[in-house]
Amino acid sequence: MMIPCPYCGNRDHSEFRYGGDASKARPAHGAGDPKAWHDYCFLFDNPKGPHTEYWQHVLGCRRWFRLNRNTATNEIGGPA
Amino acid sequence: MSDRYSAFALARHALQPNLPWPRAWASPEPRRTYDAVIIGGGGHGLATAYYLARNHGLTNVAVLERSYIGSGNVGRNTTLIRSNYVIDGNTQFFEHSLKLWEGLSHDLNFNCMVSQRGQIVLAVSPGQLDTFARRGNIMRLNGIDAELLDRGEVMKLLPYLDYSKEARWPIWGGILQRRAGTVRHDAVAWGYARAASQRGVHIIENCEVTGFVIENGQAVGVETTRGRIAAGKIGIAVAGHTSHVARMAGLRLPVESHILQAFVTEPVKPIVDHVVSWGAELFYLSQSDKGGLVFGGHIDGFNTYTQRGQFPKIQTVAECAVSLMPFISRLRLLRHWGGIQDMTPDGSPFICRTPVKNLYLNGGWCYQGFKATPASGWTFAHTMAHDEEHELNRCYSLDRFEKGGELDDYGIGNWTYKQ
Repeated sequence: MMIPCPYCGNRDHSEFRYGGDASKARPAHGAGDPKAWHDYCFLFDNPKGPHTEYWQHVLGCRRWFRLNRNTATNEIGGPA
Repeated sequence: MSDRYSAFALARHALQPNLPWPRAWASPEPRRTYDAVIIGGGGHGLATAYYLARNHGLTNVAVLERSYIGSGNVGRNTTLIRSNYVIDGNTQFFEHSLKLWEGLSHDLNFNCMVSQRGQIVLAVSPGQLDTFARRGNIMRLNGIDAELLDRGEVMKLLPYLDYSKEARWPIWGGILQRRAGTVRHDAVAWGYARAASQRGVHIIENCEVTGFVIENGQAVGVETTRGRIAAGKIGIAVAGHTSHVARMAGLRLPVESHILQAFVTEPVKPIVDHVVSWGAELFYLSQSDKGGLVFGGHIDGFNTYTQRGQFPKIQTVAECAVSLMPFISRLRLLRHWGGIQDMTPDGSPFICRTPVKNLYLNGGWCYQGFKATPASGWTFAHTMAHDEEHELNRCYSLDRFEKGGELDDYGIGNWTYKQ
């Protein structure tokens, strides 16, 4: 699978580190509701289809970015 | 419907070649209503149906499989069984599973080819050997067999590994569980299907669940590609697609779907007598009855539902194999394949009730589902029959992250894609 780094262009996915679901909204700093933090930390939509996620070009420019990928086909829709 | 398998039946069929062997399990039309419906005809779903009938007398049960029996992860794993877990809860659960494996062929009247050839995990540093000593002590305190091996003892048992000065990861010793081993995984699916069917369970293949019927917060049935089926209790056992199915019931779970690849080389003469796991990287191997070396590695590392693996993992696994056994460097990989599995934040599964009444969940198996099959079915059947967890799966609740009950056997932390 080739991943388009917004800075370096298309590179093999082995140069990257996966960083998880990017559609989750982090609760506000200091938010006291443990349930909101639990849901943020532990629950996943885990869709079979379009997914927005974080990747880091860890063996390249080390930039973090968001990517659209279809989890049913691995088809990549470009940086999000 | 099949009669009992025995030496006598074998001889009778050998002498009467025109007498076909009966189908191993029946293929009935689905009824409109069942006492219990299990979604997913994999190892865990079939085992659950079998133990519902055997242990709890519930026989008005259907297993709904969207494809055919044996098409999913029960036929995609690397067939290992073991019970060398550290954390309370896991230790006892997987030991119960191993005990059930030991009697499974007799219990099911189906030869599952349980081979307790022993598993050796290799330590590649003195520190790692210390952690193995701790693991072994925990196992022995729980009545599980474990033996710590020094380098010389490993050399005697596994003379074919690289013990040279050039070895990138020197072997310091290992831990041996003699009761661990391998099982023929297809036979497990077929054996449970046949045994459940003989007790009256309906196994419905090519029947995909497309929705749940939920009334007043209570699950009362499922919509399927073969019509609506009403059910008193509904169990989900579809690991790999758990999020996908549970979402139809409005549940959002601590699960991400990832791919794990497995590999088989071309067949060679017997060389690997045990299951050998490596401490330097998540890598293990065994040799199949056909002679192929079976390799397993780590997950690819990002969530996907495609059953196609990525090339870098093939390379990593091949590098591990050659590091341990340089003489196989010219052996060719014959096949490799992928299976989709539920990865959970702590690497442990769920066997539990859900917020929806009469809907039960079995999933989140990460890459330890196959060895858990008998105990998973045993405890999930108990949970469904009694609407409460068995003492062995009380730790596998859906709300354990809210309550600080993580079972982080690898000590890695909250990372689905690193477990």
